[in-house]
Amino acid sequence: MKAYLFITCLVDTFFPQVGENMVTVLRRLGVDVEFPEDQTCCGQPAFNSGHREDARAVAERFLSVFDKALDGSGEDSYIVCPSGSCATMLKVFYKELFHNTPVLLDKAHNISGRTYEFTEFLVKILKKTDVGARYKGVVTYHDSCHLLRELGVRDEPRKLIEGVEGTELREMEMHDSCCGFGGTFSIKFPRVSVSMLDEKIECILNSGADTVVSSDMGCLMNIGGALSRRKIPVRVMHIAELLASRNNESE
Amino acid sequence: MGFEKVRFEKDSARALEDKKLQHALVNVTNRFRSARNKASGEVADWETLRARGRDIKKETIANLDKYLCELEESVRRAGGHVHWAGDADEACRIIVDIAIRNDVKSAVKSKSMATEEIELNANLERAGIRAVETDLGEYIIQLAGEHPSHIIAPAIHKTKDDISKLFSEKFGIPYLSEPEELTKVAREKLRGEFLNAGMGISGANFGVADTGTIVIVENEGNARLTTTVPPVHVALMGIEKTIPRYEDLSLFLTLLARSATGQKSSTYVSFITGPRRETDIDGPEEFHLVLLDNGRSRILASEETRESLYCIRCGACLNNCPVYRQVGGHSYGWVYSGPIGAIINPQLMGIDSAPELPFASSLCGACRDVCPVKIDFPRVLLELRHKVVESKKENYGAGGAMIEKISVRLWRYIVTSKNFYNLTSKISYYLQLPWRSGNGSLRSLPFPFSKWTDERDFPAIAKTSFRERWKKIKQETG
Ligand code: SF4
Repeated sequence: MKAYLFITCLVDTFFPQVGENMVTVLRRLGVDVEFPEDQTCCGQPAFNSGHREDARAVAERFLSVFDKALDGSGEDSYIVCPSGSCATMLKVFYKELFHNTPVLLDKAHNISGRTYEFTEFLVKILKKTDVGARYKGVVTYHDSCHLLRELGVRDEPRKLIEGVEGTELREMEMHDSCCGFGGTFSIKFPRVSVSMLDEKIECILNSGADTVVSSDMGCLMNIGGALSRRKIPVRVMHIAELLASRNNESE
Repeated sequence: MGFEKVRFEKDSARALEDKKLQHALVNVTNRFRSARNKASGEVADWETLRARGRDIKKETIANLDKYLCELEESVRRAGGHVHWAGDADEACRIIVDIAIRNDVKSAVKSKSMATEEIELNANLERAGIRAVETDLGEYIIQLAGEHPSHIIAPAIHKTKDDISKLFSEKFGIPYLSEPEELTKVAREKLRGEFLNAGMGISGANFGVADTGTIVIVENEGNARLTTTVPPVHVALMGIEKTIPRYEDLSLFLTLLARSATGQKSSTYVSFITGPRRETDIDGPEEFHLVLLDNGRSRILASEETRESLYCIRCGACLNNCPVYRQVGGHSYGWVYSGPIGAIINPQLMGIDSAPELPFASSLCGACRDVCPVKIDFPRVLLELRHKVVESKKENYGAGGAMIEKISVRLWRYIVTSKNFYNLTSKISYYLQLPWRSGNGSLRSLPFPFSKWTDERDFPAIAKTSFRERWKKIKQETG
């Protein structure tokens, strides 16, 4: 089994440890991990803000990088991504972006059919819910919108969290309501964004959890940014970090 | 409504400051939302119903010309008059003319978003005709001189205290604190209006093509009085409200009532087919149906966003929207608000009049989850964003469009070259250092990033990126 990492620019630039954690977990489960080094961005920021021409140029490059990397690879080769949102770009929005360009659309179908968000990959492809992690804490899970509503991944991360030794999963109220990130939305309408975030944080605190976990660093940098500004001692963690963890420290 | 341009950012900022409004929004949307969830959960094949509703709408809108002609014929056959209004002005003119011809001095109205859309009340007034809203919520905001802030609950932005004060002021009566007392006052006032009105004006929830039946759904009974007591009834209907067959109604009435208020059925559902017949004991002598386009055929022409016309105005998307829940209806600057407002206001008004609205969403998709006709909001919003960008191309000076364009281009060149990308993240790493705080994150950044750091810390760029670390990680297993 081989996993080609689609690391996302956010993880590459700001949160490289999340990538390392993902590698740790995948290797622990016997997966051969590859990183196509030419990859940069999938084009989502431009696509989401309406700049389709620019998004297309970036997405086209992205497609060819992965097309080349996966060329000749076997049936059991996948693209694995630590973000529901970026996986959505490939799996859902590339079809919109290239609907007028059959050649690229074909490529996009081929790539997106092999693309999985990290937790979905673990549960659906590797069929694992216990990845041998240990973390002592009360965890609440924030559903990121794209992962939940575009990719329909709801139970997988929860099963994985429940599989962690020493962890209690405690649902917050409104766990599936948006944290207010929304990419450029958070900068275009910061007041509205923070007002949404206020509600989310209230729900997190009311859950009594000491750790908030999600599958997307976009949401987590939003939630974490406010927690740290307000000096609220709730730990923010990407699910890869939790799953890589042994005795509250990632390996 | 005297709009010039929707200013979402400005108006939402004002709404966020209004504590009373915030409280009301959370309460009302919570209540509607749980009622809707419960009511939809009770129907075993709810998802099938939604899918069917969408299919029927899709087919209807794709063949709207055919169904509209059929509707026109059916209404005429039943003895009603049909008028076609290309835009708001024409619709107002038609309705004012009917009123003048019948020597109408005052008219009663039941709740109708379409009449808000064409600013009918102001137009009637200019022609010397009094128009009185008879839905309690609409009555309140008419007294206050305001506009609806929710599709089905127009006065949710008003508290009981606001209403008590308003009544006391407008009617010269003491301050009444009980809702029942307030309702009684309104009811007495309205009773007289119904009896004196020369014309009743309503909207239409559905117009059935094969029978010419206009269906009106409500909970107060005022629409029934509006459409039966005065001698003339005029119904204003957006052309997209057409449904093909009488037998489709039960499906749509179920979808509407359960999605809107969580009721199994609305309290009053009126089926109006033409004017009063000889054997009828009540009803108007004249019935007019005004079919309103006002930008709808333009939406129809755009295949990518056409599904915006499937809406049956249940309001569920508003109640489920985390943005609406913070900012309320008035931030959307026009009659329609929430997710549906974000997609149809720019299309009906013209995209340049509301360029912010397609961006006034985090694309979370919660609206799509509950929409009874499954409008794919995120996809439509993304299409509209693209249209905004295209339309700004012709007008680079406006609203920082040029700066945005340049930034996106620059980003594009950076991320389409690996070396440039690596170099940029290296440079950015050093550039950010002066802003780093003790815990390693960035507490303040220059504009426009300050919009983030005003209330949130921003993560620092890592000293070594994942791609740099990869070289080592790769070797670890050889
Ligand atoms: S868009 Fe859908 S959810 Fe929103 S008001 Fe219309 S029918 Fe209801």
